[in-house]
Amino acid sequence: MTSEATNNGKPDKAKSNEGGSPDLTTAVRLSKTLGGEVNRGDVILKVRDLSVNFWVNNGWFTAADKLSYDLKAGEVLAIVGESGSGKTQSAMSLIGLLPKNGRASGSAKLKDTELIGMSINQLQHIRGNEISVIFQEPMTALNPVYTVGFQIVETLRTHFVMAPSQAKKRAIELMTLVEIPDPIDSFDKFPHQLSGGQRQRIMIAQALACDPKLLIADEPTTALDVTVQGEILKLMRELRERVTAAIILITHDMGVVADMADRIVVMKDGQVVEHGTSDEIFNRPEHPYTRQLLDSVPHLGSVTAEEELPAARLTLVSEGEQAGVPLEAGDPSVTPAMLMEDVAIEYPKQGRRPAFRAAHHINLRVDPGDVVGLVGESGSGKTTIGRAAVALLPVAEGKLTINGRDVTSAKPSELKPFRKEVGIVFQDPGSSLNPRLPVGESIGEPILLHLGLGGSELSKRVENLLESVQLPRAMRNRYPHELSGGQRQRIGIARALALQPKLLIADEPTSALDVSVQARVLKLFQDLQAEYGFACVFISHDLAVVEMLSQRIAVMRHGYLVEVGPTKEIVSDPQHPYTQRLLSAVPVPDPAEQKRRRELRDAIIEEQHIVS
Amino acid sequence: MSTDDKPERTPAEEPEFGSQLGGQPDDAIDVDPLATPPGEAADEAAFGRGEGVGDSKEVEGLSQGQIVWSRFIRHKGAMGGMIVLGLVALLSLTSMGAFGIPGWWRIQNFNSSGNVINGAAPTLKLWPFTLGEHPFGQDDIGRDNFALVMKGIQTSLLVMVVLGIIALLIGVAVGALSGYYRGKIDTALMRFTDLVITLPVIVMGAVLGKLINTLPDKMGWSYDVTQAIRDNLPLLLAIMLGLVLWTGLARLVRSEFLTLREREFVDAARVAGASDWRIISKHILPNAVGVIIVNTTLMMAAAVTLEAALSFLGFGVKAPNVSLGMLISQYQGAFATRPWLFWWPGLFIILIALSINFIGDGLRDAFDPRTKRIPSQRQMNKAMAQILNDNTEKAGAAK
Repeated sequence: MTSEATNNGKPDKAKSNEGGSPDLTTAVRLSKTLGGEVNRGDVILKVRDLSVNFWVNNGWFTAADKLSYDLKAGEVLAIVGESGSGKTQSAMSLIGLLPKNGRASGSAKLKDTELIGMSINQLQHIRGNEISVIFQEPMTALNPVYTVGFQIVETLRTHFVMAPSQAKKRAIELMTLVEIPDPIDSFDKFPHQLSGGQRQRIMIAQALACDPKLLIADEPTTALDVTVQGEILKLMRELRERVTAAIILITHDMGVVADMADRIVVMKDGQVVEHGTSDEIFNRPEHPYTRQLLDSVPHLGSVTAEEELPAARLTLVSEGEQAGVPLEAGDPSVTPAMLMEDVAIEYPKQGRRPAFRAAHHINLRVDPGDVVGLVGESGSGKTTIGRAAVALLPVAEGKLTINGRDVTSAKPSELKPFRKEVGIVFQDPGSSLNPRLPVGESIGEPILLHLGLGGSELSKRVENLLESVQLPRAMRNRYPHELSGGQRQRIGIARALALQPKLLIADEPTSALDVSVQARVLKLFQDLQAEYGFACVFISHDLAVVEMLSQRIAVMRHGYLVEVGPTKEIVSDPQHPYTQRLLSAVPVPDPAEQKRRRELRDAIIEEQHIVS
Repeated sequence: MSTDDKPERTPAEEPEFGSQLGGQPDDAIDVDPLATPPGEAADEAAFGRGEGVGDSKEVEGLSQGQIVWSRFIRHKGAMGGMIVLGLVALLSLTSMGAFGIPGWWRIQNFNSSGNVINGAAPTLKLWPFTLGEHPFGQDDIGRDNFALVMKGIQTSLLVMVVLGIIALLIGVAVGALSGYYRGKIDTALMRFTDLVITLPVIVMGAVLGKLINTLPDKMGWSYDVTQAIRDNLPLLLAIMLGLVLWTGLARLVRSEFLTLREREFVDAARVAGASDWRIISKHILPNAVGVIIVNTTLMMAAAVTLEAALSFLGFGVKAPNVSLGMLISQYQGAFATRPWLFWWPGLFIILIALSINFIGDGLRDAFDPRTKRIPSQRQMNKAMAQILNDNTEKAGAAK
C-alpha cells in the first residue's frame, strides 16, 4: 500500500486494470495515485460520519448528517432520495465540489487517504484521476466550444505525460468502449452535433479516461429519454464488468436503481434512513419512508397486467414512416371535446428561420370525460399538440374542433368564448406562475377576465379553488417562490380549472416533481377529474403515469401518431415496433422483474436491428 | 383511499394521505410538504445541486419586492450613496429654496455681486464649525460661490431626474413593443433605435443647445416666449438629452421582453384570455422592472456628468441659469488664483455621480437573484466552533 508521500518524488507508472487501454500502462502518470492497485472486492471508499453543512442566514444548515458507508471496487452503490435529501451534496463533498458556503466534516477515505479537508492542490490530483463524475446534463457539462475529442484528451493530458497523438488514440479507444458510432469521425465533433445519449456516452468516456477508482454518477440518465436511458444503463452495466471502478449512483428513480444497484442507501432530509442490499430494500424495506417511496413510484403494468384482453382489438396502428393513425370512429351522437382531423401544426416563421412543422397528419378524438394519454419522447411533438389544442399554436392544415367549435383559423378576438372551455397545466410549475403576482391573483385571472368578477366574490371563488386542490385558503396571498414544487403545481391545476373547462390539457404536469409529491398530485388529479368530469389530454413521457390515469393512449414519434388505442391493449400488447421498444425501456422498481424486462428488451432491439 | 376523495379536506389532515401511500397508519415520518406550518412551506424546493441551498429560509414570507429591498439595504455602498445623495439634495434645496419657497441662505439671488471680503477666500471652518460670510468663497466680482454651487446642484439634479423620466418612458415603450410583438414592428423600431444611437450625444446636445439659444431670435418670437425658454433652459436641455439617451434602455428592455414572453406564465395568461396590453403591463413589465430600474439609475449618473460636460463646453446651461459644469467652465481661468471656485462644483459633481452609481450598483445586486451573501471564512469558523462547543456540552450533559 504505497502512500501518496512515496509517490511524491518520481511519478510512478500506473498499473492499468484489465479493462484499461495498453497505452495507460506505458504512459507516465503526472498526478499522484493513491493506494496503488485495486482488485475487485477491495474496500476502496470508507465514509464515516460525513456531514455537509451550509451557511445560511447566519447559521449552519445541515444538508447531510453523519453518513457512513463502505464501497468495494466493482460495486454499485445507489444513493436514493428526493430533492433536498442531501444525496448530491454528500457525494460532491468527496471531491471538494461544494459551493463556497458549504463545508464537509467527518471522514471519507479513498483507500487510506483522507479526502475531507484535503487542500485544493492535492484534490486536483484526485479529480478526474482517481474519482471522476458523470453529471446529469451532458449538454451543460460538456464545453460547447471544444470538440468532444479534445475534452477527453484534455483530461488525459492533465494527468499523464502523453503525446497528443497517443492521447487521441486512447480517446478513440475510450469512445469505442462507450459505443459511440464511428468514433474516429466523432472525435472532431462538437457537443451540439451529437444526440443527448451520445453526449452522455462522451461524458462517461471522459470519466473513465484515467481509470478512476471511483465513479460518481449524478443522475446520469435523468435528462434522457426513456429509450436512450435504457441504452445508457445497458452501457453502464457492461462497463461494470469491464472496469474495476466502484460506482456511486445518485438518483431519485427507483427503476434505475433496480436496474443497476448492488447496495442502496436511502436518504431523507440529510439522514440515512435505510441502508441495505438491493434485494433487502426492494423486497423487505423496513423504514416507512422507504416503503412510501417505493409505493409512490408508478409501476408500469400494475394497473392492467392481470386483465384479459378482448379478442377484437380497438388499437389503430400507423403504416409506414410517414403516415399517421386514421381517425377512429366515434359515437356520432356525442360531440367530441377535442377532434383533430388530419391536423398539421407548425411553429411559425421567425425572421429568417423558416416555419417548422412539428406534427403531421394527426387524427385524434377525445370524448367528453375521457382521459387520453399522449406519450412520446422529447421532440416527438406531443407538447405541440397540447399547445395547438389551446390555440397557443396555429393549425397549419386540417381541422381542429373543440367542443363542436371549429378553431382552426379563428381570429384572436373570436377565441374568447373558446378560452373559457379549455385549460392547460404546464410542465414547469416554477415557470408557469408569474413570480411577481400572489398566487391568488394568478388563479383568479381567468375568472376576472371572463366573468368580470372582482372583490370579495373573486376571493371566494379563488379560495374555493384552493380548497379543491387541497391547499389552505391563506395561501392565496403568497408568492410562487415561497411554495414548494408540488404546491405550485396544485396552483397551476387550480388555475386551469378556474372556469370549469370542458377540456384540460395537462402537459407533463408531474415530471418536475419528486415521486412522493407526484403520487399525491396524480391522486388529486384523478379525484378532480372524477368530480368535474372534464375531458383531458394527459401529455407525459412516463408510460407508467399515463397508464395510471388514462383510458386511452396515443403514442407519438417524430411528429406522427403511431399508435392509438385503449390503455390496457397498448400496455399489454403493443403493436407498433416503436411502442414495443418504448414500453420495454421503462425501468420498473423491482430488480427481478427489471432483469426479465431487460432481457426482453435486448431481444426486441436485436430483432428490430435498432442502432441509435 | 376513499376518505381522500372529498375535495373539502383541509390540508392539515393531509399527513394521513401520505401515510396511506406508505401503508403505515402511524407514520413515523412526515413527508407531506403541506403538513408543515405555512411559514416553513418553501423548504421542499429549496435544494438540489448546491445552488439555492437554504434560499427559501432567507425569503420566507416575503414578496419579491421585499426581498429586493432587504438585499438593497444590506448593500453598504448603496446605502452610503443614498445618504450622501440625500444630504446633498437636502442642503441645496433648503439653502437656496425651491418651488417658490425661499431658503435659509441669506444670499438668495445667486447672481448678485457684493464686496470682495478677505481676498474672496472661503470662510468655511470645520472646527469649530462656522460657515462665515462666504463659506465657499467668492469670485472676482464678489458673487457668493456657496449660492452658485447650491443652485448649480439643483440644476444638475433637475436635469438628471427629467432626463431619467423621459428616457425611461421612451426606452420602455420602444423596448416593450418591439420585444413583445417582434416581426415588423421590432425591425422598424430597432432600426430607428440604431439610427438614434449613431447620433453622437455631445454633438446632438451641442446643436440642440445652440438651437434653443438662437431659435427665438431667428423666429422672432415674442419677448415672453424667449424669456420663458431662457429661464427653463436646463429643463429643455434635459428633455432634449432624454430624447437621445433612451436607446440603451430600449435595447435592454427588448431583450428582456424577448426572454420573458417565452415563459410559460405568459402562455398561461394568454390561455386565460388576457389581452396583449394586460400581458405586457401586468405580466411581463413587473418582471422586467429590475433591468429597467438599474439601467435608468446608471443612466442618470451618466447624465449628471454629461450635463456638466456639455455646460463646460459651453453648449449646455447658459447664464442667467447656473449649473455645476458651467461654474467649472466659467472659472477655469481662476484655477491658479481662486482654486475654490473650481473645486467646490467639481466636488459636488463627483459626489452626486458617485452616489448614484453606487445606488445603481446596489440595485443591480439586489435584483440579481444570483447574488448571494457568502460569509467570511472567519464568521464561518466562529459559528462552526460554536456548534462543536454546543455538541460537546450536550454530550457532557448527557453523561
